[in-house]
Amino acid sequence: MWDYSDKVKEHFFNPKNAGAVVEANATGEVGSISCGDALRLTLKVDPETEIILESGFQTFGCGSAIASSSVLTEIIKGMTLDEALKVTNQDIADHLEGLPPEKMHCSVMGREALQAAIANYRGEEWRDDHEEGALVCKCFAIDAVMIEEMVWANKLRTVEDVTNFTKAGGGCAACHEDIEAILEKVLAEKGEKFDPSICSKPEDKQKPAAPEKIAAVKTPLTNLQRIKKIEEVLESLRPALMADGGDVELVEVIGNTAYVNMTGACNGCQMAAMTIAGIQQRLMEVMGEFIKVVPASEMSKLVNIA
Amino acid sequence: MSDIYLDNNATTKVDRAVVDAMIPYFLEQYGNPSSIHKFADGVARGLKQARQQVQALIGCEHDSEIIFTSCGTESNTTAILSAIKCQPNRKEIITTMVEHPAILGVCDQLEKDGYTIHRLPVDKCGRLNLESYKRMLSENVALVTVMWANNETGTIFPVIEMAELANAAGVMFHTDAVQAVGKIPMMLADTKIDMLSISGHKLHAPKGIGVLYLRRGTRYRALLRGGHQERGRRAGTENTASIVGLGKACELALQHIEYENTKVKAMRDRLERGIVDEIPHSFVTGDLNNRLPNTTDIAFEYIEGESILMLLNKAGIAASSGSACTSGSLEPSHVMRAMDIPYTAAHGTIRFSFSRYNTMHEVDEVLKVMPDIVATLRKLSPYWDAQTNTPVANPEQAFAPTYS
Ligand SMILES: Cc1ncc(COP(=O)(O)O)c(C=O)c1O
Repeated sequence: MWDYSDKVKEHFFNPKNAGAVVEANATGEVGSISCGDALRLTLKVDPETEIILESGFQTFGCGSAIASSSVLTEIIKGMTLDEALKVTNQDIADHLEGLPPEKMHCSVMGREALQAAIANYRGEEWRDDHEEGALVCKCFAIDAVMIEEMVWANKLRTVEDVTNFTKAGGGCAACHEDIEAILEKVLAEKGEKFDPSICSKPEDKQKPAAPEKIAAVKTPLTNLQRIKKIEEVLESLRPALMADGGDVELVEVIGNTAYVNMTGACNGCQMAAMTIAGIQQRLMEVMGEFIKVVPASEMSKLVNIA
Repeated sequence: MSDIYLDNNATTKVDRAVVDAMIPYFLEQYGNPSSIHKFADGVARGLKQARQQVQALIGCEHDSEIIFTSCGTESNTTAILSAIKCQPNRKEIITTMVEHPAILGVCDQLEKDGYTIHRLPVDKCGRLNLESYKRMLSENVALVTVMWANNETGTIFPVIEMAELANAAGVMFHTDAVQAVGKIPMMLADTKIDMLSISGHKLHAPKGIGVLYLRRGTRYRALLRGGHQERGRRAGTENTASIVGLGKACELALQHIEYENTKVKAMRDRLERGIVDEIPHSFVTGDLNNRLPNTTDIAFEYIEGESILMLLNKAGIAASSGSACTSGSLEPSHVMRAMDIPYTAAHGTIRFSFSRYNTMHEVDEVLKVMPDIVATLRKLSPYWDAQTNTPVANPEQAFAPTYS
């Protein structure tokens, strides 16, 4: 089974605000019953101040879906609607001390239910802009729909292209066969043929047909650009660390969280925390966006061990 | 209360007697069976005995029909690839929609390579239609591969009859009997089954050991080549300790097969009846009249399987689910979809699978906690009316979320 954080278990075993709010004046219903996760969020909003007075959830779903719903109702209570709209799925995951990559969609569902409920309160129609397919890349939690869209939008031709644009396949490489199948399918739809023997030409890679989707939801940097940049910064800090008998290694980047391994003198000593804070500071300065640096040991909490 | 293990279709505990039989092959008789010295001179005898123990359990004619492999998956793959290699002019395979992924995965791959795969559908009770099966048999079919018993529901397919039909049409027949061997009696010598797969870890032998039964005279092409082991039919140094362990496990299974079909079955029946009587909106899936004695798969409507498993686990009870979430896929199990179980129930299926190690007392313990677990989750469900403690009227209309 999944290796859930203690926080997820806490919210699953003792969910907060379960059930529908009486006299609710906002309701959001999202999810997909065929996928096994669906959520109804009800809110009682003060019409004067737009403050969320009460929130409740009803969820059909797995442990992390229930935990995400529960924690969401806690997060938003007391917020104004405008504040609540700023809550991201990453916030939900962070409050749960992380979710396994395969379960991040549960936090997305929470955020979408919130948006839907607020739209409902304001008399607007909420549109879902996010579709989800079968998870292809388990390392970076990239699904088939995302890859297909990117292949279409950016004229991708090779597995390497796909990795560059989506990160998919950049980890253990076990999904390369599946990525090839997607390339084959999409290229066939476009009347082209997938040729596994061609390598991506450098200029193809440069041509930043601006990965819109990522840019829209995340930041102006593509994931690959972000990883490269982080590597660069770490490289520049390395001599200083090594002078102290330590070293740092980038293990994983998920969203804007960088997981690093501290080795040598840094490892396990109190300085590690300070060093990590220092690295984080430096990264944010260089990259101009929020980056969280976390010891890789924390990552085990996120990873599916089954 | 000690933990209760009801997930024996996933894997089983290795019997103590099996472990004891294996140990000498790690510490004393660890020589390569092909070597000629005293570290190896008992090994060949050990392998021979194991072959005979497997033979006795499945009732085949010759012990040389037993090929040891590394697992059920290898046996399945070898059987399919062998059949198409031997008969290059036959480009079709008949199987079912509810096979284990170890079969479906190979078939999917062959489909990409240009093979035609006929996947027999099942009805709502998980049964096949033999009339449509008969019509598919032709000289274009390289192999029929149909599981003896389904791992999720325990439903038993009429493989003996299907093998007769295939044989009459001149078509080779393989069955994935990983879940059936040791749970139901069989006498392969009296059947027309050409190949059959076994996996050790489903019958109290270790993981990573399997058998491919290959009827004498059946045309065959080895998958693993480059060694004389298993008469050249499966190269690679023998996993001697596990083979000996599997032999012992087969001997024990044969001794217990009556127990399995009486005592184990009684435990299963009591649990099943207790749950369905006690918990509204729950039902058993599969063919109730043709099932393994140890398996029950119960759908709990309006709630999701992984949450049920987490609460069961907290109560010290191990089972498994056909829900999407437990596997990391997005759809509920292909077996539930093939039976056309509605999504609101398919995601909430829980499989309880017994072994001879379980007790009636454990059944009672599960019956004590199960109603509360279901009630707790239903209270959270948008399909459930907490006030009346019944499903909301017209559940599918009352809650119709925006797809996300
Ligand atoms: C019906 C069936 N076939 C094949 C297998 C695979 O066996 P193994 O784990 O030995 O590869 C299993 C076990 O999961 C099974 O239930």
